[in-house]
Amino acid sequence: MTHAPMEKIARATPAPVARRIKGLSDRAIAWIFVAPSIFLLLAVNIFPLIWTIRLSFTDYRVNRPNRDVEWVGLRNYERILTDDGIWATMQATAHFLIWTIVLQVIIGFALAYLINKKFKGNDLWTTVIVLPMMLSPAVVGNFWTFLYQPQIGLFNYVIAFFTGADPASFSMIGDVNLAPWAIVIADTWMWTPFVMLICLAGLRSIPDSIYEAAECDRASKWRQFWTITIPMALPFLMLAVLFRGIENFKMFDLVVQLTGGGPGNTTTLTSIDLKREAFERWRTGYSSAYAVILFVTVFGLASIYVKALNKVKER
Amino acid sequence: MTSFFNGLVRFRRGAWEMLASVLIALGVVMLMQPFFLVAFTYSFIVTLVGTVMFIIVSHFPE
Repeated sequence: MTHAPMEKIARATPAPVARRIKGLSDRAIAWIFVAPSIFLLLAVNIFPLIWTIRLSFTDYRVNRPNRDVEWVGLRNYERILTDDGIWATMQATAHFLIWTIVLQVIIGFALAYLINKKFKGNDLWTTVIVLPMMLSPAVVGNFWTFLYQPQIGLFNYVIAFFTGADPASFSMIGDVNLAPWAIVIADTWMWTPFVMLICLAGLRSIPDSIYEAAECDRASKWRQFWTITIPMALPFLMLAVLFRGIENFKMFDLVVQLTGGGPGNTTTLTSIDLKREAFERWRTGYSSAYAVILFVTVFGLASIYVKALNKVKER
Repeated sequence: MTSFFNGLVRFRRGAWEMLASVLIALGVVMLMQPFFLVAFTYSFIVTLVGTVMFIIVSHFPE
């Protein structure tokens, strides 16, 4: 009975094809099925990576295809790693990365903890909270630009309401000190629901029986939170940090739409700088070396993280 | 600490992965810190060594 679908498929296979397959081993058939995926992976991922590494050792410019390409060795890497501008870009990225992850994890976990408690309108609130995540980053960037307007922006009025300052006295995206925070706030608003959903999955996976046993042992709510909730939700939290960390290291669209990397270069993240080098200054070899540096950094961090995640899961 | 050095000498995965992880983390901190340009300059080579080491040593026995 359980073999019925397989028999149906076998009967549906055209006779010439069936005859050809008959002579093949299971291993060969498995390879036939896997080969298209492997080919696609090599063509789309591995080949461009190898090509980028090769280009990073040259002075190739994609806007001058007929020009002779010179092998420059490690000169591109040397120039990038001694450049003050790129160093400042890395610091801007670090600021963005650290603060978005900290805020998103704290707020996301708190929201998940609240949503996990059964109350009236629970589902409606979950949908409302998740809405920002479903919007396009370009749209989010655009309307946060309006929210941050000193004259008409709602954000300035809210801050003014709580601090008593004049709403027109500060500009979130025009001030060199406030602009890095403007992108952190917009990204946190957009992606906190994502962290919340992952944390919610973690919280819902904790069996009630563990809390009941803790209640029997007269453990306080505070102790239950720190000894049951946090350790059991930790792999999910770490997963959220991994996803958001890698995504925010590559952040481009939201920031370009919101500040365009300004004022000055205060919100120029590495991906924005890389795009400028590759497609505005057309220094393809140089930008390839830049991309390789970013790739190795993300790959290294992801390796550590996956190892840590596996260790937490084993516990 | 002794077991860590024993693991290094015996080419055990745990100890070598720990060393590689420390190198990667150090490289990333060097890349993004705002204090010394020289640390930024050498950050990539430290991260690269750590990453390549991590790939190799993850095939060592436990």
